[in-house]
Amino acid sequence: MTFIVKPKLHHPDLHKNALGFTRRDYEGTISTLCAGCGHDSISAAIVRACFEMDLPPHRIAKLSGIGCSSKTPTYFLGASHGFNSVHGRMPSVLTGANLANRDLIYLGVSGDGDSASIGIGQFAHAMRRGVNMVYIVENNGVYGLTKGQFSATSDKGAKSKRGVINSSEPVDLVAMALLLGATFVARSFSGDKAQLVPLIEAALKHEGAAFIDCISPCVAFNNHEGSTKSLDYVREHNHAVGTLDVIAHPQGAPEHDSARVQLITQPDGSVLRLSKLDSDYDIHDRTAAMHHIESRRALGEIVTGLLYVDPAPEDLHAQLHTTDKPLNSLDESVLCPGSAALAKINASFR
Amino acid sequence: MLQQVEPVDGLQRVNDFVVKFANVNGSGSASANALFVKAVLRMGIVATPRNIFPSNIQGLPTWYEVRISEAGHIAARGGGPDLMVAMNPQTWDQDVASIEPGGYLFYDSTRTIPADKFRSDIVVLGVPLTDMTNKAYSDSRQRTLFKNIVGLGALSALLDMDTTVIEALLADQFKGREKIIAGNIAALHMGRDWVKHNLPYPIGLTVKHADSVGDRIFMDGNAAAALGAVYGGATVCAWYPITPSSSVAEAFTKYCGMMRTDKATGKTNVAIVQAEDELASIGMVIGGAWNGARSFTATSGPGISLMQEFIGLAYFAEIPAVIIDVQRSGPSTGMPTRTQQSDLTACAYASHGDTKHVLLIPEDPHECFEFGALSFDLADRLQTPIFVMLDLEIGMNERLTKPLTWDDSRKMDRGKVMTAEELQSGKLFGRYLDVDNDGIAYRTLPGTHPSKGAFFTRGTSKDRMARYSEEGHDYQENMERLLKKHRTAATLVPPALETKADRPTRYGAIYFGSTSPAMAEAAIRLREMDIHVDLLRVRAFPFGSEVDAFIGAHDQVFVIEQNRDGQMRSMLINELDVDPKRLRKVVHYDGTPISARFIVEALSTESLSRATEKAVS
Repeated sequence: MTFIVKPKLHHPDLHKNALGFTRRDYEGTISTLCAGCGHDSISAAIVRACFEMDLPPHRIAKLSGIGCSSKTPTYFLGASHGFNSVHGRMPSVLTGANLANRDLIYLGVSGDGDSASIGIGQFAHAMRRGVNMVYIVENNGVYGLTKGQFSATSDKGAKSKRGVINSSEPVDLVAMALLLGATFVARSFSGDKAQLVPLIEAALKHEGAAFIDCISPCVAFNNHEGSTKSLDYVREHNHAVGTLDVIAHPQGAPEHDSARVQLITQPDGSVLRLSKLDSDYDIHDRTAAMHHIESRRALGEIVTGLLYVDPAPEDLHAQLHTTDKPLNSLDESVLCPGSAALAKINASFR
Repeated sequence: MLQQVEPVDGLQRVNDFVVKFANVNGSGSASANALFVKAVLRMGIVATPRNIFPSNIQGLPTWYEVRISEAGHIAARGGGPDLMVAMNPQTWDQDVASIEPGGYLFYDSTRTIPADKFRSDIVVLGVPLTDMTNKAYSDSRQRTLFKNIVGLGALSALLDMDTTVIEALLADQFKGREKIIAGNIAALHMGRDWVKHNLPYPIGLTVKHADSVGDRIFMDGNAAAALGAVYGGATVCAWYPITPSSSVAEAFTKYCGMMRTDKATGKTNVAIVQAEDELASIGMVIGGAWNGARSFTATSGPGISLMQEFIGLAYFAEIPAVIIDVQRSGPSTGMPTRTQQSDLTACAYASHGDTKHVLLIPEDPHECFEFGALSFDLADRLQTPIFVMLDLEIGMNERLTKPLTWDDSRKMDRGKVMTAEELQSGKLFGRYLDVDNDGIAYRTLPGTHPSKGAFFTRGTSKDRMARYSEEGHDYQENMERLLKKHRTAATLVPPALETKADRPTRYGAIYFGSTSPAMAEAAIRLREMDIHVDLLRVRAFPFGSEVDAFIGAHDQVFVIEQNRDGQMRSMLINELDVDPKRLRKVVHYDGTPISARFIVEALSTESLSRATEKAVS
């Protein structure tokens, strides 16, 4: 049960990060998801990424919608404020929260039902607005909490646990995010922590709409023969564009782009280093990314890794010209124009 | 030009009549019509215009009805106009038919209109506006625009208006553009002179200088509510366009451009987002408010319907939110450009499950400003959605209202927010812990303290420490506390205001919102008819004890409202446990604003028949 709190006593020699926190300080309560659920692996990757990046947990706000995936924010970052909102509406709540305080880090967690079905509109508009956030969809192709109905990301022809064949085309949220102007787009797999952790770290450093579609097999309802979201199927068909390293503090002579390596310097000075498997792949080419994903999909492959990044994103605050101070910190001295201004307004209405 | 076959004795009224302009779309008549109203106001007479328009941009007819009343009545008078300015051939028949007997018909006589298209009991005033402007101007744009001013000039002569006032208004409007001012004044006099040479003038309806305007201002409620949000410290506004509320967000945007923007950097102390729908706009408001920014949205009935789920979340998770609802006729798309007070129950009990919300119900633009600002204090204090219930009648029509005032010593009430210092000092924090026995718990804002005060906000049930719980007693305790909080709200919202009749009476009348001016006027007329009614203007939900006391003090209470089902009456019965028989439903819901005539007729018929009953028994 989620209200079972983990023991506070930890091993005294647990490794501490630069802030003096152990990895335990980034965990939440005990997961109530099924044993072996891919979502728990993603929670663990979030914990590890935040710990390794020395992020103060209280400076992160975690938000979610409804569904198995949306329950997970309880299981990580227990020292952060969290908001489990309504089904499919996390993006708007996160957008509002971000508008109120631009200084926090926003982590939105959603699922394929939450984002590709009921919440597809809010997903789309948050992407096109460039809300500065990390948006992770824990994508398992089924509705887990309601016991195994197909979701909109289920592939056409995929078989449900009850033997039903899905007849509709899938929604590819990565393709949508690219089309809608997300400035950081990635796909990963809950079973590949080596790929996922650096992707989350890079997304957290990105100052715009960062989207990660993370395929996360549902061990209870979608891990069988005939499923295209099962552990085995994804392992067999995974085609990574490259491997990503996040170099927090680059040292020595600066490295330059080469045929196999693309470097993206982040606003905080850190560098994303992408070692590509295909030298033709350009991480800054949105159109090429879409073409690559679709052509590989036609071959039955699932393209993963960092697929697109805009090195100089413009977020919603930049578009709105909001002041640098968090809006929630402003008081009446700056917000209220006072009686003198009101007298002038009165005069304009006479 | 049609000649009056038989002379008609026209109505004789000074500073007390109704003029209705039947407009042709795209003719630029709006500014000339507004100029007419401003001229009457500058002459010191109360003038109240109403835009009557369909849900359409071009091609369908619109009207602009102006009530002129030195006595100060600003409600719709009811009945037809005393003077019809019939510029729209499309609506000619209905326009002519609507004129009060003995009234006046002003029309463009350039084209001959068959005699059977007129009435014999009205005074016909034909002025060849098109002919005059075609002769005077060669440019077609000028012809169209100046036709309105020539018409205004003609009207001003017929109504014996002070030309210098109109000239001064034109000079103000086009300040520094002398050529335009001179052109307009010339057009004005062209119309005046034609009337003076060709028609008996003035007619029986005249405007004379008076002093009934005072220091009041002339503005619409949507703009006033938007200013209330500026003064109330709103920093996040998320909205979706919908008639009749769009101009709230648009006015807020305009005022923030003027008063919330750093002139040097262009940076703003506000974030305004036009969302993709009402679901997103209320979601953003809830996210912003959860994170400590004063946040609001403006919408109308269909938006309220869409927001239900989120409103339930804000109620249950206890998140401040301000929702300005500019009501229109429902259900469904209803009559989008007609007024009603029909969202009361949809807002008071919004969402599935047991909920009770807080409503503020302003009567005029002045109160739209007051309640607009107050709503943010109440939202923060009560940590719950606050609805500010305007309607199209108040929201979209300019009217005279008391000047807006602000006390510069006023501070925002941010409610119970625990600070980093308090958390550090070890003060007990439980998100849903009723420490003060008022039903209101402390909250913390994200990012406040490195290790204390974080909690998980959720729409699912939880215990006092915000931990997920499906235990029946945790759920029930929480729901009871929310009720207690609602009772606290009843002590914080603006109380209902009573106006006593001249003598003790067993009759009472409860009214609210835009019914106010019609009620005030009706009360005078009822008194003249020797019908005495105590009045109570409800300004908020939950009801304070004064509402209960008022009902208790009267045998019969009329509940006057602008919806079909008597929603306010239902809420009174539901919340105060009064005998339904004592509350008489008086409803007006055809989409037009309620008038004094309607109220007088309803109350006099009702109370007289009751009196007769009593006499018989």
